[in-house]
Amino acid sequence: MDFLGVPEPQSPNILVADHLGRSVNGVTLVNDITVQVRTGEVLAVVGPSGSGKSSFLRLLNRLDEPTSGTVFLEGIDYRQLPPRELRRKVGMVTQRAFMFPGSVAQNLSFGPQQRGETLSDARAEKLLTRVGLPGYGPRDAVNLSGGEAQRVSLARALANSPVILLLDEPTSALDDEAKSGVESLIRDIIHQSFLTCVVVTHDVSQATRMANRVMLLESGRATRVGSVEEVLHA
Amino acid sequence: MLKVIFPGQLQLGLTQAVAAAIIAFAVVLLARRRQIHLESEAAIAMGRGLVQIVAVGSVLVLLLRGPRWTASILLAVMILAAGATSAKRAKGIPSAFRVSTYSIACGAGSVIAVMTWLGVIDTAISALIPVGSMLIANAMNTNGLALNRFRSDVLAHVGEIETALALGADPKQSVSPYVQASLEASLIPAIDSLRSLGIVWIPGLMAGMLLSGARPVYAAIYQFVVLTMIFAASGLTSLVSTLLVRAQAFTSAEQLSLRPGVSANLAG
Repeated sequence: MDFLGVPEPQSPNILVADHLGRSVNGVTLVNDITVQVRTGEVLAVVGPSGSGKSSFLRLLNRLDEPTSGTVFLEGIDYRQLPPRELRRKVGMVTQRAFMFPGSVAQNLSFGPQQRGETLSDARAEKLLTRVGLPGYGPRDAVNLSGGEAQRVSLARALANSPVILLLDEPTSALDDEAKSGVESLIRDIIHQSFLTCVVVTHDVSQATRMANRVMLLESGRATRVGSVEEVLHA
Repeated sequence: MLKVIFPGQLQLGLTQAVAAAIIAFAVVLLARRRQIHLESEAAIAMGRGLVQIVAVGSVLVLLLRGPRWTASILLAVMILAAGATSAKRAKGIPSAFRVSTYSIACGAGSVIAVMTWLGVIDTAISALIPVGSMLIANAMNTNGLALNRFRSDVLAHVGEIETALALGADPKQSVSPYVQASLEASLIPAIDSLRSLGIVWIPGLMAGMLLSGARPVYAAIYQFVVLTMIFAASGLTSLVSTLLVRAQAFTSAEQLSLRPGVSANLAG
């Protein structure tokens, strides 16, 4: 058991980055990273600014193309998966929540609509309640506060029923009050639903609060991977 | 006044060109006072324009005596040159020259072909080249506007586009608002020309026809015909170019390649 009372996951690896690398115009952003993420685990990626954390995360849902190595999702080389299917399975919440024009409910139904599915009002409301915004469905998404938008962004990613969720500095663009609220919400959701997550953060204390394991990146290279204690408090 | 000083046509023409250039440079200097530097671009554009139009005028003299098929060669060369010029307005867009040339060839080329076949454009070189060049030039401007607007809109909305992609969106859908905005913006000049025809401006072609003795009503109607053809050519060019450029903005793995600081050839 970890200090949050959550059982340490012993499940098989759901996602494996295998010698993953990316260089752009001769500059190496991600350098030969191999790491496994187990089902239900929260892996925090920490490191100084410019160390390649976000670049690494963007490779995991193939928003960027690796120049070396690959990623295995549920044992399958992700290059064999149609990109849209991959991105449905590997959800992402970015640092800044970009809302599409329209209502909050329309934003939530964006992902399912891409597959020709409809998000029922009941499911939309359930998702909104889950992120602490009950009754927000008809509201104009563009006029939400930063904290509210980030919660909607999380609900929108969850509406796709991802098998793994990528969080890229999910609270760094928020003010202090919204930051603690969104962080505790994310912690609750991922621990209650045993959701596998990779979270990028520059905040070591946030990594300590959220993660089971930590990967430290320096100059695009994974210099340490292990438990929170091993990596951050050694 | 200049006609009195320079009775010879060639001398008069050159002096008129200098007068027009002086007033254009006065505007450039005004812009410079507001820290907008157009000096070199304006000078190069005017110099090139003068040399090119004089060269074309000279070639036209030869072509007017040649067989009619030579017009199609000249029009093809014009389309290539228009593609190259237009592509410069789309820096950062992969294959901008190919996109521009295909779009202008499709838009202007097809309208010229159909209208010539219908007899709306006379097959005489003296008619085909000037009218064809008007369609090509306007298609070029439309294409440049469309590509430029698309590029700036995409670069300004990378976050929104990648959010849509990350949610499993089709790349086409993720940029559809920007494709639509580019198309609409690029057609504003052609629509405004049609809308203001006869009220705000009387185009040069009509003036030329009147000077050469055509009946005023026919000259007016033909001017409307030309502007409508310009609208058709511009619209088709913009439709094709926005379709082609949309495909260029993404890699085969549905990644946005048109991003600041990203080399398109890296993606797979």
